[in-house]
Amino acid sequence: MKFLLVEDNTELANAICTRLQIDGHVVDHAGKIEDALAFVEIGEYDLILLDIMLPDGDGRMFLKQHRAGKKDTPVIVLTARSQVSDRISMLDLGADDYVTKPFDHEELQARCRAVLRRNSGTAQTTTRLGNVAFDPVAGSLTIDGTAINLRNRELRLLELLINAPGQIFPKHKLFDRLFSYDEDVSENAIEVYIGRLRKHLEPSDLRITTLRGLGYRLDHD
Amino acid sequence: MTDTVNVSGSLRNRLTLTLIGGAAMLAALLFFVVRGYAAQIAQQGQDSILEASVMSILDAAILRNGDVEVDFPYASLSMLSTAADDRVFYSIYQDYSLLSGYGDLPHNTGQLGDRMAHKTTQFDDVTVRMATASRMLVGADTRTTISVSVAQTQDALQVTLARISRNVALFGTVFFLLSVLLSFWATATTIRPLQRLTTSVTKRGPKDLSPVASPVPVEMAALVSSLNRLMGRLDTSLKQSEDFIAEAAHRVRTPLATVRSHAEATLQRVDRDENRQALRAMIRAIDESSRAAGQLLDHAMITFRADHLERSEVDLVDLLHELVLRLTPVADMRDINLIITGDRQVIVAGDSILLQNGIRNLIDNALKYSPAESDITIHVTALPTPQIEIRDQGPGFPESDMDKLVSRFSRGDNVKGIIGSGLGLTIAQDVAQAHGGTLTLSNPNGGGACVTFSL
Repeated sequence: MKFLLVEDNTELANAICTRLQIDGHVVDHAGKIEDALAFVEIGEYDLILLDIMLPDGDGRMFLKQHRAGKKDTPVIVLTARSQVSDRISMLDLGADDYVTKPFDHEELQARCRAVLRRNSGTAQTTTRLGNVAFDPVAGSLTIDGTAINLRNRELRLLELLINAPGQIFPKHKLFDRLFSYDEDVSENAIEVYIGRLRKHLEPSDLRITTLRGLGYRLDHD
Repeated sequence: MTDTVNVSGSLRNRLTLTLIGGAAMLAALLFFVVRGYAAQIAQQGQDSILEASVMSILDAAILRNGDVEVDFPYASLSMLSTAADDRVFYSIYQDYSLLSGYGDLPHNTGQLGDRMAHKTTQFDDVTVRMATASRMLVGADTRTTISVSVAQTQDALQVTLARISRNVALFGTVFFLLSVLLSFWATATTIRPLQRLTTSVTKRGPKDLSPVASPVPVEMAALVSSLNRLMGRLDTSLKQSEDFIAEAAHRVRTPLATVRSHAEATLQRVDRDENRQALRAMIRAIDESSRAAGQLLDHAMITFRADHLERSEVDLVDLLHELVLRLTPVADMRDINLIITGDRQVIVAGDSILLQNGIRNLIDNALKYSPAESDITIHVTALPTPQIEIRDQGPGFPESDMDKLVSRFSRGDNVKGIIGSGLGLTIAQDVAQAHGGTLTLSNPNGGGACVTFSL
C-alpha cells in the first residue's frame, strides 16, 4: 500500500517510515501542510497518516482543505492529545480514525485495515499465489474460489507469510507481530495458530513447513 | 462546590433596619411636634377667652365719687363655660386689697396698663390657667389701681389634648407602618440588580467566561467591571493552561512515539533473546506511562466537568455503537468480539463526553483482561433505570478486595503484567456519580467479570 505520512518530527517520521517499509509499504513523508497538499495533488495514496501540530498550521486545516478538494483518501490522525473532546472534533472534521501517540504499530495497521475496509474499493490489495487469493484488508481467503473464514490472528499470520513465500520466519518474529506486549503467553502459543492455518490451507497448494530450530516457511508446491 | 464565604451582616437587613429606624424616629418626632403644637393652639384659645373675660370685668370697673364700682356682666364669666364643666375663679383687687372674688387665688399686680399676664398655677389642688390685668382708674382727686384675675381649670383642654394625642398617635402609627412596608419594597428593589447579577453569574456554564453584558446600576459598575476583568484574566489563563497541556502532551508523547516506533522496528531485526526482552520491557514502560498520563488528564477533565454538568439528550446505544466501532480494530487483534445487546434506544440526559469517557474506560478494561478469542457482551437497557452491563470472560475481579478496586490507583492483585494505571474504574465511577448513578462490580456465575454502570 502507499502511505502519505504528514509529521513534522523527523525522528518519529523516520521510525514510522522504517516500520511501514518493513511491512513492504511505500511511504512518502511531508513535514508540513504545504508539502502535504503538494504530495496529494500529484500522487495517489491509499491512506494518509496526519499529525495535528505542524509548523505551518493545524493538521485540522489540512483535513478541511483535503476534504474540500473532494479527495476521499482516508485519513488517520496521529494525535498527541488523548482527550475525548479533541478526538471527537477530529472525527467531525472528516478524519476516518485516530491513534494516540505513542501508538502500537500493530494497532495502527489494524486501524488502517478497518478504515480501508470501510472505504472499500480504493485499494487493490489482493495477493494471488497458486490457487489461493488473499486480501488482508477485506480479510478474505479463497481457495479455488471457495471462501474460508479466518480469525484475525490467523489472517495476520497468513499475511506475514504470504508476503514473503520461501522466507524463513523465526518463531519469535511471528510472536512479536501477533501478540501484544503485555500479553502473558509463551512463544509456543504461536504453534496453535500455525496449526490452525495449516488446517485452513490443506486444500491449497500452499504448505507451512516447520524448520526445527529456525522457524516457519510458506512453500508453494 | 459550596464555597465558604466570610459573611458579615446583610445589606438587606442593614438597609431595612436603617429605614425602619428612621421611620420610627420620624413618627415619634411627628407625634411630639404635632401634639405640642396642638397644645399650644389650645392654650392660646383658652388664654384669649380668659383675656376677654378679664377685659370685660376691667371695662365694667368705674370710679364713682371716689369709690370703685365693679358691676361686671354675667357674660364675663359665662363665656368661659365648657363642655367639661370647668370651674372658673376670679379675684378683683384694688390697690392690693381684695375687692371681690377668691382671696386665696395667687395674685400679682406687677402689671400696669392693659398688658395681660398669663400663668399656669396650682389652686385648690388643681392646675388652673390664669390671666391677670390691671388698670389705673383716675378720678377727680383719687387714682387707684384695679387688678383683675380670672382662672379656669383645664379639664376641657386636657380632653381636647388627649383626643388630639390619640389621633396623632394613630396617624403616626399608620405612617410608621406604611414606612415599614416602603422600606421592605425599597430594599427589595435596591437589592434586585445584585440578585440578578448573582443569578446570571451562577447560571453560567463551565466554559462561559464572557463579560457580564446586561446593564447594572452605576454603583455596581465598578464591581462588575472588576468581575469582568477577573473573568477575562481567568479565561486567558485557562486558555493558556489548555494550550500548555496540549503543548506538553505533544512534547512528551511525540518523543515517546519515536522511541516506541524505533523499539518496535528494532525488535523486528534483533534475534538475541535478552535484547528482545529488553525492547519489550521498554515498549511496556512507554505504554504504561502514556496510559497513565492520558488517564490522569481524563480524570482531571472529569472532575472539572462533573462540577458543572452540561446535560443534553444522549442515546446510550448510539454512543456504544460509536465506541465499539472505534475499539473493534483493537479487539480484533486478539479476536475478541464486542457484542451489543438489549434495547434499541436508551435516551438519557447527560454529558456525552463524560459518558463516552467513562464507558470507554470500562470497555478498555474488559478488553485488557479478556483472553484471546473471547466475547465481551455489552447489555444496555432503559428500564427500570438506564443501565449498561459489561461482561467479559476474563479472570474476574479478585473476591477479596472488590470494594477497593474503584478507589484511585488501586488494581487487582490478579492482573500482574497487564498495563494499567488503576484509574479506569475510578473514572467510570466518577462519571456515574456525576449523573446520580452507580458503578457495581460483580463476578457472575459462569465466570468473567461484570461491571454495571447505571444512571
